Amino acid sequence: MTGAEIAFVIIGVAAVVGALRVVTARNVVRAALYLVVTLSAVAGVYLLLSAEFVAWVQILIYVGAIVILFLFGLMLTKAPIGREALDNQRRGVAFLVGLAILAGLVYLIQGAFDWDAARIDPFEGSVAAVGSSIFSRFVLPFEVISFLLLAALIGAIVLSRKEDRP
Amino acid sequence: MIRLPLVLFLSAALFSTGVYGVLARRNAVLVLMSIELMLNAVNINLVAFGAALHDLTGQVFALFVITVAAAEVGIGLAIVILIYRNRETINVDEVNLLKW
Repeated sequence: MTGAEIAFVIIGVAAVVGALRVVTARNVVRAALYLVVTLSAVAGVYLLLSAEFVAWVQILIYVGAIVILFLFGLMLTKAPIGREALDNQRRGVAFLVGLAILAGLVYLIQGAFDWDAARIDPFEGSVAAVGSSIFSRFVLPFEVISFLLLAALIGAIVLSRKEDRP
Repeated sequence: MIRLPLVLFLSAALFSTGVYGVLARRNAVLVLMSIELMLNAVNINLVAFGAALHDLTGQVFALFVITVAAAEVGIGLAIVILIYRNRETINVDEVNLLKW
């Protein structure tokens, strides 16, 4: 195991533990804060995979904006505390489904990739290269996605505005 | 040097955790959080394959997925708050007006 792999395993364990706490926490605010742990760990994984721009966007958008949005959502809706209030009665079935998906994915990945041949070497994934890729090859998807963001913005405003009834 | 299957295993673990959360949680905001976990698993896969193939397309699409996730959370929370205003609950199993 190389140093990068050891760092990856540590960060990955933190991400998975945080994710498990997100789906099992009995307090909704704690679930949101464990989501911060997981998202930051995923940003660390991006840094190890030499995708620094994606890592900082992850910190800015996910940890900075989306989690705050979640906390506002929890604040505006009365959130109960306790396992029975937050989980439904089919927890066992859900656990089996999650376990089956995990087992299937692990089996597929194990069979599809050679353990030692498929490796990720660090490469020069600079921010400038990502930017020129977005604005040359992917400029049409970029415009479409900015339009989608605008539509979502207007939609959210229209949805959550108080209706003034006549 | 990181072996690619290790990264894919992490992504599989995050994805199945998200599936469990979506299925097991009642609170709609927690369901949205679990969806975020699954989207993050997909992003890890995109970035990992991009890094393995020395191609930036994976990173670009990860950025697009992050944008779509932001839009999804905005709309989703607006709908959740609207449901709470009308029904006084955001438990997804009690919002069953359209259930056959």
